[in-house]
Amino acid sequence: MSAVHAAPRAVVAGVGVVAPTGVTADEHWQAVLAGKSGIDRISRFDPSGYPVRLAGEVSGYPIEERVPARLIAQTDRYTQLGLAAAADALADAGVDPARVPEYRMAVVTASSSGGCEFGQREMQSLHAKDPSWVGVYQSIAWFYAATTGQVSIRHGMRGPSGVLCAEQAGGLDALGQARRLIRDGLGLVVTGGTDASLSPYGFVAQLATGRLSTVEDPRRAYLPFDEQASGHLPGEGGAILVLRPEQDCPDHLGVVLGYAAGFDPPPGSDRPPAVRRTIELALRDAGVTPAEVDVVFADAAGIPAEDLAEARAIGEVFGPGAVPVTAPKTLTGRLYGGAAPLDVVTALLALREGTIPHTVGPTRLAHGCDIDLVLGQPRHRPMDTALVLARGYGGFTAALVVGRGTRGA
Amino acid sequence: MARKAVITGIGVVAPGGPDRESFWDLLVAGRTATRGITLFDPAGHRSRIAAEVDFDPLAAGLTTRQVRRMDRAAQFAVVSTREAVADSGLELSTLDPSRIAVSVGSAIGCTSGLEEEFEVLSDDGRQWLLDHTYGVPHLYGYMVPSTLAVEVARDVAAEGPVVLVSTGCTSGLDAIGHAARLIEEGTADVAVTGATDAPVSPIALACFDAIKATSPNNDDPGHASRPFDARRDGFVLGEGSAVLVLEEAGAARRRGARIYAEVGGFAGRSNAFHMTGLRPDGREMAEAIDAALAMARRDGTGIDYINAHGSGTKQNDRHETAAFKRSLGAHAYRVPVSSIKSMIGHSLGAIGSIEVAACALALQRQVVPPTANLAEPDPECDLDYVPVTARVHRMSGVLCVGSGFGGFQSAMVLTRV
Repeated sequence: MSAVHAAPRAVVAGVGVVAPTGVTADEHWQAVLAGKSGIDRISRFDPSGYPVRLAGEVSGYPIEERVPARLIAQTDRYTQLGLAAAADALADAGVDPARVPEYRMAVVTASSSGGCEFGQREMQSLHAKDPSWVGVYQSIAWFYAATTGQVSIRHGMRGPSGVLCAEQAGGLDALGQARRLIRDGLGLVVTGGTDASLSPYGFVAQLATGRLSTVEDPRRAYLPFDEQASGHLPGEGGAILVLRPEQDCPDHLGVVLGYAAGFDPPPGSDRPPAVRRTIELALRDAGVTPAEVDVVFADAAGIPAEDLAEARAIGEVFGPGAVPVTAPKTLTGRLYGGAAPLDVVTALLALREGTIPHTVGPTRLAHGCDIDLVLGQPRHRPMDTALVLARGYGGFTAALVVGRGTRGA
Repeated sequence: MARKAVITGIGVVAPGGPDRESFWDLLVAGRTATRGITLFDPAGHRSRIAAEVDFDPLAAGLTTRQVRRMDRAAQFAVVSTREAVADSGLELSTLDPSRIAVSVGSAIGCTSGLEEEFEVLSDDGRQWLLDHTYGVPHLYGYMVPSTLAVEVARDVAAEGPVVLVSTGCTSGLDAIGHAARLIEEGTADVAVTGATDAPVSPIALACFDAIKATSPNNDDPGHASRPFDARRDGFVLGEGSAVLVLEEAGAARRRGARIYAEVGGFAGRSNAFHMTGLRPDGREMAEAIDAALAMARRDGTGIDYINAHGSGTKQNDRHETAAFKRSLGAHAYRVPVSSIKSMIGHSLGAIGSIEVAACALALQRQVVPPTANLAEPDPECDLDYVPVTARVHRMSGVLCVGSGFGGFQSAMVLTRV
């Protein structure tokens, strides 16, 4: 790093959204403001035999119109959603990758469960029949690097690409890594993540955690911070963002100001969870005081102990009830690798519009969750800075601070 | 003075020997650990050979619950972590846990656990709608590869950044490169980092069968992995894990740690060409090598040994031979190059970490491991591939490269301190 020139700031040049709430950023934002849920009965397979039948699917979206047939054949749905969102994000950024030096572009995505529907199909062929039934694309469709690899090929990006997995926290780790690369001097990084674990195997694996809500009413199943919190629902999709150095992109959607990651102590430890420290490190990295944060997008697991830990950490950093907190993910379900990138997009739109979207579902906060959870309707106020939190199964914790962009509404 | 990361501890679980020293002994002896598959019945597969680890998780120190909960890749990772931490002499419990990072690589995560459970859940492939009542409680831990990082982080009680890096067959190199970066930028003071994969399972074998990437030399498994040899016919699957303890160099020196090597430089590039194909000119790998050298403030002549990707496919061997010439020029013809995959097979994401471990040991012991089975060099591969016999050699800088599905090309320079 040069001593003379400060590292460039990473700005969000464009976004692509493929979520249960919408397949463009605008559609998603309108649904969030209207409190319109993407949660419904699962249609991708027959869920009637399972104790949970609800999820957030990306529906009414003909992916074959968005991704070339050749790529459809060799990819799982999670990569198809990623390819579509990446193309949208690049279009939104108004960048033609062919005009950026190839080694100054990279792709860093998060994945949590890889190509699980594709993999299930191939494993079924293998075990019901024989090894010769496994297709030639299994080796490149199933693994967690498929989306980064395919996006880098499609758009000719030859810089230092990567794939980070930290369950639901991985999306912020990808953004944090993308920011590092911009600070290192890259000109463009495609980042974020998508996941699509709504195949029978992905779903049954999630059921095994006992963390999914078995409440049958879609409006009452995922109630983070509520006294009736009963777990969460799964979803699919996510968001892809294009980061660029500020000097190359004066008209941007927001600035990545700070990032930090931490990990919870092992089970049984008397040490506190990592969330408070991670928030503090991210704020310090951003050069932002707690009082300067206008809104917090919470991880909002809907698991009472985790909600309490997150609420306490927010209270300890900002003061009890001192900062508005929201969790639009109740409208999509948890999107794993795609969740935090979508939250970042929502946060940037919130800053741009001066509107905090409300959290749909919770009505009475659980004892000890002393946060100002935005309920009932969106809250309007001018804002500059948002904090996005994400926590991944097993103890992953990440925090990202973003600032308002220059691009007008 | 810029912060650098040094390697102070090494743990290895590899074919042919379940710990670091038996691994090194195998390399120096030029012995091959490839054999007919014993972990399951490979009948019906095109390639029925692999380099397997003879591994007893209970004897290796895991508890019965850990053995039940962890899939084979996680078991490898935790066992090699413990060996690395013990080797470093570092008392992790005396450190601030928030300054300890974990970065684990894996190409295919907990596939062996996923596939074993799939057989039960699907009634041996009969049901698409899997019967969840047969789901084990830790099933989700197999679905998400991040479990591998969770297990390592919990075992060392790390509370700093923890992540699983999954970039196909460069995962191991990339995970260690990421960990070094966390130390260099000041996010962590210590990193426990490496990679693990346990792909000797029917689905992994079948997916490589399908693209004819693996060797069908089932009649002579001990000689099937033949990087740079004219008679090579694909790679031989392997398995295992290596974990390193990285420390900030100044702190390691102050505590008088034994330092194997410094992570001088690391870089990755993508070929943006093909998910499995490589262009013969080796351009992107050469770009990664050049960037890693620049970071290490060395030119090509500062490299005294190259640990090649050397998978034993024709396209790879020619691709990286071209890359070495592109980056090192005439020096490429003078520097010994070898592939330990000739002995321990190709363990996908894990292999990069095992190769970095081999490079650190080579640097410390000033011995170059050989390329086993190299009897009849491919005329298009005209470098010094150290056939068959290990070589005593003076080294101060070592280059380790990897190449993976998805187009990933990675290079790391280790330097002697």
